[in-house]
Amino acid sequence: MLTAFAILTDGLVYAAYLFVVAIGLTLIFGVMKILNVTHGSFYAFGAFGAASAVGIYFEKGWPVAGGFLIMVLVAMGIGLVLGLIIERGLLRLVCGRDEVIVVLVTFAASLILEDMILLIWGTQSYPLYQPLAAAGNFEVGSLVLSGYDMGLIALAVALAIAAHWALRYTRYGRLLTVVIFDHETAAAFGINVSVVFTVTFIIGAMLGVLGGAVMAPKISVTLGIGVEVTVLAFAVVATGGMGSIEGALVGALIVGLCRAAAVHLAPQLELFVIYAVMALVLVFRPHGLFTQVAPRKI
Amino acid sequence: MTAILSVHDLEKTFGSIVAARDITLDVPAEQTVGIIGANGAGKTTFINMITGHLRPSKGTIRLEDRDITGWPSRAITRLGISRSFQVAQIFPSLTVFENMCAAAAAGGSDGALKRVLAPLRSSATIGHADAALELFRISPYRHVRASTLPQGVRKLLDIAMAVVGSPRILLLDEPTSGISVEEKFGVMDVVMSALKSRKLTVLFVEHDMEIVARFADRVLAFYDGTVIADGAPAVALADPRVQTLISGTKPESASHA
Amino acid sequence: MWSRTNLGALAFIAAAAAAPALPAWLVSLATIAFANGLVVLGLVVLWRAGLVPFGQALFYAIGAYAVALLSRHAGWEDVFLLVAIGAAAAGIVAFLVGFLLARYRDIFFAMLSLAMSMILYGVLVKTQTLGSTDGFHVEAASFLGYAPHGQALNLMLFWLVLAVSAIAALLISLYFRTVAGALAVPVRDNEIRLEFLGISVNRLIHLKLVIAGTLAGLGGALAALAVGHVDPNMAYWTTSGGFVFVTILAGAGSVAAAFVGSFLFELARSIAVDLVPGLWQLILGSVLLLTILFLPEGLGSVFHRVRRSAEKAS
Repeated sequence: MLTAFAILTDGLVYAAYLFVVAIGLTLIFGVMKILNVTHGSFYAFGAFGAASAVGIYFEKGWPVAGGFLIMVLVAMGIGLVLGLIIERGLLRLVCGRDEVIVVLVTFAASLILEDMILLIWGTQSYPLYQPLAAAGNFEVGSLVLSGYDMGLIALAVALAIAAHWALRYTRYGRLLTVVIFDHETAAAFGINVSVVFTVTFIIGAMLGVLGGAVMAPKISVTLGIGVEVTVLAFAVVATGGMGSIEGALVGALIVGLCRAAAVHLAPQLELFVIYAVMALVLVFRPHGLFTQVAPRKI
Repeated sequence: MTAILSVHDLEKTFGSIVAARDITLDVPAEQTVGIIGANGAGKTTFINMITGHLRPSKGTIRLEDRDITGWPSRAITRLGISRSFQVAQIFPSLTVFENMCAAAAAGGSDGALKRVLAPLRSSATIGHADAALELFRISPYRHVRASTLPQGVRKLLDIAMAVVGSPRILLLDEPTSGISVEEKFGVMDVVMSALKSRKLTVLFVEHDMEIVARFADRVLAFYDGTVIADGAPAVALADPRVQTLISGTKPESASHA
Repeated sequence: MWSRTNLGALAFIAAAAAAPALPAWLVSLATIAFANGLVVLGLVVLWRAGLVPFGQALFYAIGAYAVALLSRHAGWEDVFLLVAIGAAAAGIVAFLVGFLLARYRDIFFAMLSLAMSMILYGVLVKTQTLGSTDGFHVEAASFLGYAPHGQALNLMLFWLVLAVSAIAALLISLYFRTVAGALAVPVRDNEIRLEFLGISVNRLIHLKLVIAGTLAGLGGALAALAVGHVDPNMAYWTTSGGFVFVTILAGAGSVAAAFVGSFLFELARSIAVDLVPGLWQLILGSVLLLTILFLPEGLGSVFHRVRRSAEKAS
């Protein structure tokens, strides 16, 4: 019984983490039809950036709440800069070319960014423990839950609600829905698709960076975290349906809970189970759980 | 005398939508049948059932003596029923000659491993390809990249590719669509003389009544999923229902079903 | 007279003859490069049909681990046997996996292929008996009884990889002229038309998957022998990405490009790691970017232009 509860909480925490990381990736794919391999690098920049900035902040002994705020602001700032550079600087140059070429461009960019992290932060690891300590712990029965983890779940839920609301009820969200449906149709309606792309990519980048920033206290912030996260985010997004926010949510939940179950019940299956679930879903629903694909007309 | 193609009580429903019903007809060998009807009348459904891309909900389709109802499309192609497309389906990055070789090789292979690992440019394949190019008068375009072809030539290539595998029945889906009015008759002249010389049975879908009148031995008029007229062009095209519902020749036609 | 096949044969013979005179590090590098070139060759076969798998590392790792496991636990030493089994194991998996994978296209094909390679990675990393994250060493090899060491072993491995690559190159060149090989471009251009012409495109792709998987397994088996070590990283997504990277760099059109491109890549990586150890990814990433932007047909197009201007001049 305790194990089941532990699996549930662990699974939800992990799902929250996956969702925050994956939502940016699925958004970029949905709108721009680009599989953004650089997403992992955004995450890494977020983690390192937060570790540095927030670390310094807490060392100065400033109020705790501000620390969390700095985390978010740093994420948005880095996301804005990186997003602009990559979208305007790089993706524009291969606009219209084969999908695989665009993916490879983002792959090349991720290699470059990986080394930039090395240049800026070196090979050491940057522990960031203050936010975890500041958030404290709860006791539920005999289980100890970390306040930070609960905050993470709250953040994921908030993001999901915000995304859903934004897509349905804001003007920008409705524009996005048209662009997701078809770029040409959107342009024919007078929507400035080019601007939509840039804004979307920047938002996606910010979300990726935010994912890294909020995860920094929970992981060991060293080189290589970006590479790991990239393929994990792909797994979540492919399982849920590429381009779908509900898909990212459901995908994150499925992957998160399965992984938690594996960790508690059969630890050697931990990595295997994530990709096995992804493969299984793809077998029955090749486009993921939540996407529709239009048939070709001749 | 067995008709080469016969369908009996053919019907196709999608849920509650009846796309085609009560279709019964025999097509004798080497006949040229023109199929007319508004969009959504069931012509494409009919063609898709014959080529195996749609499984009939009811009824049978026979190729000579063989019941081919519900057979998969690849098997039906192998038996000799071939089709061309409203939007020419060619291989844009290859030249016209390469397109024909690909079609000829595809037609010749039955998927068996040893056939699929045989060289593509065998003399047999090249022979068939060249013959088809000649037949449709597109040999001058041999080395032109298919993506750069003018529309008329594209359609001819599309049809030639359907013919190179020596089918017995050919279904042409709007062979002159997208071709300018001045060129339509010229293209159809080439196509029909080519098909006649190969002794093919032809069913072609057309919206241009003059083309139908000139080239068809027989007209099938579709409306609302069923055949409302079936006969020689002079008769079928003069049928008042056909004129009201499809060709609209009668100027004071005011009723809409 | 200077047909591609003759030129290729000449190049292979020249390389084989020159080897004893070349520095050991270059021979070792070339050995790995050609082993990886086999994987890239398999990718070229699939690329021509418009498919880009992001999980060829699956077969690469199978070939490598098969060799490593057999040599360690079964005590088999003969390279020919080991490599053949490695390739065959990968080929069988490709055949089985192909029933599913051949039904997918575009990004979904890439994703499923990636998922499968990551499944293997997950298994390898967590399984102690398979060496877990450290992997394990591949024991010394023998060539039909002759068991060389040191420099002699290096040379023998190089000649083995060279010979296998030459044979593979020839076979695949011939394959491109068969119906199955030549219909790759029609598959990419308009697969529906091919279906209407009576060809089962899924079966065709299944065949290509088996070819590519076997080649990747062959490459992995040879790499295991050449490096002397296997680890789960051989199944990781970045390894698959690297192979795709080289395929683009080389220009996915030709057989020669697979090997030349692979060699240049290994050379570039080696030089970059030596000169600027912290920045080799940055350098390679930039090279890939520049190639994509300015040489869309890859390095192979440079060869074509040189050849065409040579032909025009003569």
